[in-house]
Amino acid sequence: MNRFKLLIILPAALGAAALSGPPAAADMASSAVLAHTCFSCHGPGGRSAGAMPSIDGKPAKLIELNLKDFRDGKRESTVMQRIAKGFTDVEIKAISEYLAKTAK
Amino acid sequence: MSTISRRTFNRLVAASGAVAAASLAAPGIVRAAGSRVVVIGGGFGGATAARYLKKFDPSINVTLVEPSTTYLTCPFSNTILGGLHPMSFLQQNFNSHKALGVTMIHDLAVKVDAAKKQVTLASGKTLAFDRCVVSPGIDFKWGAVKGADQAIIEKIPHAWKAGPQTSLLRKQLEAMKDGGTFLISPPPNPFRCPPGPGERISMVAHYLKQHKPKSKIVVLDPKKSFSKQGLFLEGWKKLYPGMIEYRNIDKDGTVREVLADKKTLITDFGEVKGDVINFIPPQKAGAIAHQAGLADASGWCPVDHRTFESTIHESVHVIGDASIASPMPKSGFSASTQAKVCAAAIAEMLRGNAPGTPKFVNTCYSLVGPDYGISVAAVYGFDGQKIVSIKGAGGLSPSGSADDFHQREALYADGWYRSITKDIWG
Repeated sequence: MNRFKLLIILPAALGAAALSGPPAAADMASSAVLAHTCFSCHGPGGRSAGAMPSIDGKPAKLIELNLKDFRDGKRESTVMQRIAKGFTDVEIKAISEYLAKTAK
Repeated sequence: MSTISRRTFNRLVAASGAVAAASLAAPGIVRAAGSRVVVIGGGFGGATAARYLKKFDPSINVTLVEPSTTYLTCPFSNTILGGLHPMSFLQQNFNSHKALGVTMIHDLAVKVDAAKKQVTLASGKTLAFDRCVVSPGIDFKWGAVKGADQAIIEKIPHAWKAGPQTSLLRKQLEAMKDGGTFLISPPPNPFRCPPGPGERISMVAHYLKQHKPKSKIVVLDPKKSFSKQGLFLEGWKKLYPGMIEYRNIDKDGTVREVLADKKTLITDFGEVKGDVINFIPPQKAGAIAHQAGLADASGWCPVDHRTFESTIHESVHVIGDASIASPMPKSGFSASTQAKVCAAAIAEMLRGNAPGTPKFVNTCYSLVGPDYGISVAAVYGFDGQKIVSIKGAGGLSPSGSADDFHQREALYADGWYRSITKDIWG
């Protein structure tokens, strides 16, 4: 088990909570952590450097619908149907909104 | 020194919410500004960690320690053997890291002192850190198999780290006569890139089919089975019928001794000669992980799966191949996605915040032929203590897929390489 030094961390934690605003849902990864993993195939910021389609700057609703269609087997794909099955509705929404904001 | 568990820590943070609201007026109290993070290793894990730490919080002083000024990726190094790309295709550099404000130090880390929070370099220089990320990749267990010491690599290349070894194996294949035998022995589990041997066999088969079609490939595998086996066998039957003989542990596939001078591998019940031999030794975490005392008896580094902080040494994180992150495989994609989670956790922890919940993806493409790709994917969550595979997600390319499916996956394999290397090295 990882351990923290009580004396150092506790005062820090008191101040930090103020900076980060309300905590995210306890067991869900942040939208950034969820979306950044997309970039390994779809390129930095979602701008593809190769064969995969770019996913940056699309309307959030479109990304959300596409991911759900992959997940639910309504849309043909090679690998996305396998990946999309690993995400919940709430996670898909968070990813879609994050990616929509990456437009320059 | 008083210590508390993370669970207690999280409860304390939650309980402190009301108190914290009062300190909104002084947001400068807790910042990561000026914090020092030293990242060791410029590969898929380390280069991602350095880059994303700067992205998450530009105020963190990030130093990346990597001996080479150019980095050659292990992923796609099999395509060099197949003659699909020149070595230069694998080259990455750190110019964009410098542009982002990462301090590059091209030196070898020889010591990590977790108590003193200090890294020592081969030059004698020391670097102080608040947190350190160790991403050293793998090393080989030389001597674990009789005769397989480091001296053999000039004759029998492992080519399991991209670079001169890859070039040497390619040269040996070019010099081999038509009708010769390429003899390959994959390592026991766990090892870097589980589908790598299957892809290597495929790429060598592609080269031989083009230039030396009378040649054979013999595989001596000390395991029962290997990653994507069904898909590889299906592809081999289609593209390289009769060329590849695969022997697993039940068919005397375990190599007991390497006779480098005689170009022979000895098994329990016989010996096999090869004109070109590729013996890939058993593996362990990279050298610095052992010198720093970050590895356990398994030879790999136990870590907290939320933050990748070592469970042996506080403030030192281990990511990528060197870490124990099962069920995640040791792959470049895994290392990079772990680095992003680790960087996000470090940025939060340096601000005094509790680290967030991780989630990971791994997608691994292999080329059976230049126009024949296969893949395996997985999505991983966190159950509060460890990384878990999300049931129902991921899996292999469907067997019996049409040619156009495999053609697409070959194109996507190339697209993956271009995107991930751009995401990591710019």
